[in-house]
Amino acid sequence: MTVLVHRETRVLVQGITGHQGTVHTRQMREFGTNVVGGVTPGKGGSTVEGVPVFDSVRAAISATRANASCIFVPAPFAKDALLEAVDAGIPLSVIVTEHIPFHDMLVMYHYARSQGARIVGPNCPGVASPGVAKIGIIPNVVFRPGRVGVISRSGTLTYEIVNGIKEVGLGQSTCIGLGGDPVVGTSFVDALPLFQEDPETDVLVLVGEIGGTAEEEAADYIQHHFTKPVVAYIAGRSAPPGKRMGHAGAIISRGRGTAETKLAALKAAGAQVARFPYEIPDLVAAIVAREAHR
Amino acid sequence: MVKLAEWRGKDVFRKYGIPLPKGAVARSPEEAVSLVRAGTVPLPCVVKAQVLAGGRGKGGAVRFATSASEARAATEAILGLEFKGERVKEVLLEEKLVLSKELYLSLTLDRSARLPVLITSAKGGVEIESVDDTEIDRQSVDPFPGLTGYEKRRAAQVLGLTGGPAKSLDRVLEALWRLFLLEDAELVEVNPLAVVGDGLVALDAKVIIEDDAAFRHPEFADIRDDRTPLEEIAREKDIAFVQLDGNIGVIANGAGLTMATLDVLKEFGGDPGVFLDLGGTDDPQKVTEAFLLMARARPKAVFLNIFGGVTRCDTVAKGLVEAMRQVPAAERFPLIARIRGNNEKEGIEILRAAGVTSIPSLKESAQAVVAAARGPA
Repeated sequence: MTVLVHRETRVLVQGITGHQGTVHTRQMREFGTNVVGGVTPGKGGSTVEGVPVFDSVRAAISATRANASCIFVPAPFAKDALLEAVDAGIPLSVIVTEHIPFHDMLVMYHYARSQGARIVGPNCPGVASPGVAKIGIIPNVVFRPGRVGVISRSGTLTYEIVNGIKEVGLGQSTCIGLGGDPVVGTSFVDALPLFQEDPETDVLVLVGEIGGTAEEEAADYIQHHFTKPVVAYIAGRSAPPGKRMGHAGAIISRGRGTAETKLAALKAAGAQVARFPYEIPDLVAAIVAREAHR
Repeated sequence: MVKLAEWRGKDVFRKYGIPLPKGAVARSPEEAVSLVRAGTVPLPCVVKAQVLAGGRGKGGAVRFATSASEARAATEAILGLEFKGERVKEVLLEEKLVLSKELYLSLTLDRSARLPVLITSAKGGVEIESVDDTEIDRQSVDPFPGLTGYEKRRAAQVLGLTGGPAKSLDRVLEALWRLFLLEDAELVEVNPLAVVGDGLVALDAKVIIEDDAAFRHPEFADIRDDRTPLEEIAREKDIAFVQLDGNIGVIANGAGLTMATLDVLKEFGGDPGVFLDLGGTDDPQKVTEAFLLMARARPKAVFLNIFGGVTRCDTVAKGLVEAMRQVPAAERFPLIARIRGNNEKEGIEILRAAGVTSIPSLKESAQAVVAAARGPA
């Protein structure tokens, strides 16, 4: 058992004929992912990287029994691509596409939820379980199978941290990049229970950013429901304050959403807090060593 | 984000049928006078600076006039003002209404709930940040049924409205909700929403359109945020570039890594001021352009911190070497590089050939940058 992906995951790549779709289809396959097909309307019948391309998700599923999708479709068309996947019965869609309007994402998220489907992203690096499967774009080189779980709102910073875990001789169970957009399909609080229940994960690394209150909500969940050790890092501690959402936004997050409130909440929940990314691997290694002596 | 000035926000309000005072925009005192003389702006009137910052009333950017000559004087006084760093180029002249109540209404996104939220308060007419939490009501609105009758009734109750004004509120809320969805707004705010006689009138309008939805709204393409000239060039080239005070330039890829780099530099006493986020690119040309843009900001030292994923290390190295060739010797600055990830070896080799060493440790490379920015001891 792993988180979100497993050995029976059969991935469909929506937007496979685009540059990114093609490059990452190859890299997902090199990782060991079972990429069974691609979808680009109008290009059905061709192949990309040896993978058959279909005109619709429905056609792809009947030919390949795909049960997950990785979406690279450009932002103006991403909503339609996701709705098509959900309507065809795909239970898990990882959306890599960036710059999707949040009004589109609101419809996508609530529709998917009403149909019992999960979205990871948008604007995210995706999900990877070394030795099992990867859906998304995290570089293959940073991984090594192990028992450290990672949930992050960042992209490249996640690669850096996952790589750091490898460099101290440890490995990862599953890494999920949630994406940093205003509306995400899977939040920290949605992902934490998956790691709590995952027998492959012993320690969890949580990488947050300033803005929003997702880390505070994660801290609340950790305090009450999460029993495994957690190492947390928040990027942007010294960033100048910006009011992305203007006045009304400040009202929603009154007294929350800064690096200080996030770090304080995570500390109070029992997480070990790293001040810099390079402290994370050592904190994790210390926890692993301590647990081994129990 | 695309922030609309009040008068443009009100144009959008008008399109959705939200009641407004009679008024018009003037760009000169003469224009103000003719608007009043023609009766386009009834007297007495209010003259308001068209700037994006709040607090105009207290800052002398709102004046009143009871005659054409007063309207001229008020317009003259306001045009050319520098209000919170923004030069006033336009004023909005509107009839001064007799109102009995000032209320607050807004729709925005609640990221945690992943739902739009309707915010109402009976304490309108002041900055909402100064209103006590207990006086502010928030209701999540599900996009599927949309704004419901019971949600509108609760808003009326919170605002203390009955009869005519309550009926008017029903129509205003319906219009605001449609505007919020169809215009891809990240914020619509009416403050104050005034009770005038038996109805409601929106005295102010704040509309912010989401950047990512700009492709659906070419009508707002001419609106620019207050960017520096270099930030404007960066935007045209699709490079994320932010200029603040500080003498260290940071080139990274991804917002999280950029912020983490900033945290580390600050920790070691550095003063990072220019941030350039390459994002995901595998085009060396774009890297060159980004780097030349950084050079124009004249930093004391530059820290290149890249973790290669979509952006490959060798692409960045190639683009960088080309840029260094183009920067005149007199404008060169110390460059400290840290490149890791996809095609790391190739990238490091290209940099080495050009005389730049990549320092693998974030801590050590950050310390080297801070020392370089301080100059020779």
